[in-house]
Amino acid sequence: MSTGLTVGETVATTTVHLDRTSLVRYAGASGDFNPIHFRDDIAQSVGLPGVLAHGMLTMGLAIQPVLEFLGTKGRVIDYGVRFTRPVLVDAIAGADVTTAVVVGAVMDDAVRFDLTVTFGGETVLGKAQVQVVFD
Amino acid sequence: MSVNPDLVGREFPPVGPYLVGREKVREFARAVVATNPIYLDVAAARAAGHADVVAPPTFAVVVQELTLAQLLAEPDANIDFTRVVHGDQRFTFSRDIVAGDELTATLAVTSVKSLGGHSMVTSESVMTDSRGDHVVTATSTLVVRGDE
Repeated sequence: MSTGLTVGETVATTTVHLDRTSLVRYAGASGDFNPIHFRDDIAQSVGLPGVLAHGMLTMGLAIQPVLEFLGTKGRVIDYGVRFTRPVLVDAIAGADVTTAVVVGAVMDDAVRFDLTVTFGGETVLGKAQVQVVFD
Repeated sequence: MSVNPDLVGREFPPVGPYLVGREKVREFARAVVATNPIYLDVAAARAAGHADVVAPPTFAVVVQELTLAQLLAEPDANIDFTRVVHGDQRFTFSRDIVAGDELTATLAVTSVKSLGGHSMVTSESVMTDSRGDHVVTATSTLVVRGDE
């Protein structure tokens, strides 16, 4: 089948606003209760500027525009990222995480989407790629 | 002290079965701000051909964490949890995880490397369903920071 997609095409760009409640919600949902994700004093005691988002929360958020774009048409067969920079979530200002989804490769029945995930103008995930099959 | 290189090739006892609950999937989907209704709404998931709500791809980390806890607790691993940073993560699927699945996960260490005083431990958590069929493999590299 033809996917109708062209390499280099941007299929979605979304921004998610995170606050401290987002991090507590993810901690409960995932079972990751590392206190650097909700306590500034502990984050600072290990040399961090403050509370950070869970890397797995950033990874989990970043694929959502791909899943929204797919609807019910395809399924993810591979999703990988490198964690390159932390997302610092200020107690008052929170943090805006933006994901741009670009078509990286088109095969017969599969597509690779490349994600550019940024916070404060810098990328926070490296080599963030999603492979999808249409079957 | 660096991570014990003898961990390479070590396989841990299977964890599970982990019963994937519908409300747990929905709770996780809301936490990662899922918008596609197959992750939230049973009727939408069934209309798309699934037995129940579909777990967002990174849900597999919930089960993977249970296996990584075995590695971190291994007496001779020499991994100081307070120095662990997540380096990279990958999920490779044979099919989607759906509420009602009973997943069994088996962790194996595939590589231990040292670089600039840090150790990097890569492991694979292979998850199968109640029929023994492969569902997803979660691969992660943990970076254990050395003494500064």
